[in-house]
Amino acid sequence: MPKYLILKHYRGGPDQVDIDVPFDQWTPEEVDAHMAFQHDIARVLQENGEFVDAQALTRDGAWVRYGGPDAAPVVTDGPFAEAKEVVAGWFMIDVESQERAYEVAAWVSSAPGKDGKPIHEWLQVRQVMEDRAEES
Amino acid sequence: MNDALLRTLVPQVIGVLVRRGTDFATAEDAVQEALLEAHRTWSERPPDDPKGWLVTVAQRRAVDIVRAESSRRRREETAALEPPQGPTEHGDDTLLLLFLCCHPSLTPASAVALTLRAVGGLTTHEIAEAFLVPEATMAQRISRAKRTLAGHGLTAPGDLAVVLRVLYLVFNQGYAGRVDLAAEAIRLTRLLVLESDEPEVAGLLALMLLHHARRDARRDAFGRIVTLDEQDRALWRTDEIAEGVRVLTAALAKERPGEYQVQAAIAALHDDAPTAEETDWVQILAWYDDLLALTGNPIVALSRAVDLPHRDGPLAGLKALDGLDAALGEHHRLDAVRAHLQERAGQREEALASYLRAARRTTSTAERNHLTKRAARLRSA
Repeated sequence: MPKYLILKHYRGGPDQVDIDVPFDQWTPEEVDAHMAFQHDIARVLQENGEFVDAQALTRDGAWVRYGGPDAAPVVTDGPFAEAKEVVAGWFMIDVESQERAYEVAAWVSSAPGKDGKPIHEWLQVRQVMEDRAEES
Repeated sequence: MNDALLRTLVPQVIGVLVRRGTDFATAEDAVQEALLEAHRTWSERPPDDPKGWLVTVAQRRAVDIVRAESSRRRREETAALEPPQGPTEHGDDTLLLLFLCCHPSLTPASAVALTLRAVGGLTTHEIAEAFLVPEATMAQRISRAKRTLAGHGLTAPGDLAVVLRVLYLVFNQGYAGRVDLAAEAIRLTRLLVLESDEPEVAGLLALMLLHHARRDARRDAFGRIVTLDEQDRALWRTDEIAEGVRVLTAALAKERPGEYQVQAAIAALHDDAPTAEETDWVQILAWYDDLLALTGNPIVALSRAVDLPHRDGPLAGLKALDGLDAALGEHHRLDAVRAHLQERAGQREEALASYLRAARRTTSTAERNHLTKRAARLRSA
């Protein structure tokens, strides 16, 4: 079965904006409801035998690259205004089809936000490559 | 402790418990627990009678499971899950279990997982590792599969075509984790061959053997793909080729051809050639014609196109690709084959573009690397 990574973003997707009402403007109950929804998704995926992994990332990170021989790594701290998207976390699932992966992504996107309404966030769905090759 | 023996015993012990009246789901769980217990203790204290030991321990576990469940569940619910009693004769329990685990109502992934555990005698941990998912996820997949099968006993004959497809899926999963699933698929298919005189069963076994024979030559020391024409044929396993040819010959003699037999025949002709140049392309293409007529599968047409230039000249393969776009769409293999044929035909620029497109579309890292290198080789030629 193929594995898919469902990527959540703080900012990004086709319209390059945050969700309508950002997290910091939600009530505590709305935050709880949102988080409970995420846990439910993970639990159902687990029960379905489809769950591989779920992780959240901190909002800010650093960009790092090789600084040359005998030099320290070059580090640039964020946040970066020009960065088009900021990954917030992911679900990794092992499912029968791409169709099923899209279904799960749409479900993740229906998580409740301000006033309990679905946030409709964009999720990026990427297939995970495997080493296995066709018989030759 | 002999791991192979232990795994052969697993389906037999499940069979014993089911015949004594335990439902399949409970029996399978109980035997899995006994199996783990055996892994823990046999190396220090091997039993004189391994099967007897497993039956005793599994039976005790089954009683525990039922007791724990009945305190949660009402009695009549449990009774509803009990399968009808099977026939009293033993022997072919392993086979009946195989058909049950490959029941058409299961998704392929569920059937594969359940087959590996109940018939193959692998632990959930080993199966999870082979498919790169958490053990808890694999455990859920297996218990859901068993819930789907609730009420089905060991009596109903299943669908042989589904069983063969599941075994072939296991075979193609190859070597992952600590378990050689290709070897496991061969072992299970052998069991099926013993009980079935359907030539497609033998055809599948022959196909597996004839491909498995080349396993050491298919990748280099760095895991890179080595194509058939460049493989070191000295690395091919002559014993598996000999057995594959023998099994195939007997199957073909029954004159009821099917796709596994024909694919095996093509593999046998490759395995039989001392060098790539000496391959009998005329015969291979004749078999491809048969296979295409049998299946109508566009992937078969694609494989046939790869070999066509050997008989009909460099442009014949490319011509054969016409019309496959509609059927195969964005499939990376169409681009990969087109690239190969364009390279053969001396169309360097076109081949380069096709290789890169195929490399972008494949979902295999090994193939991506291979295709990218082919493109690089063309560019620097």
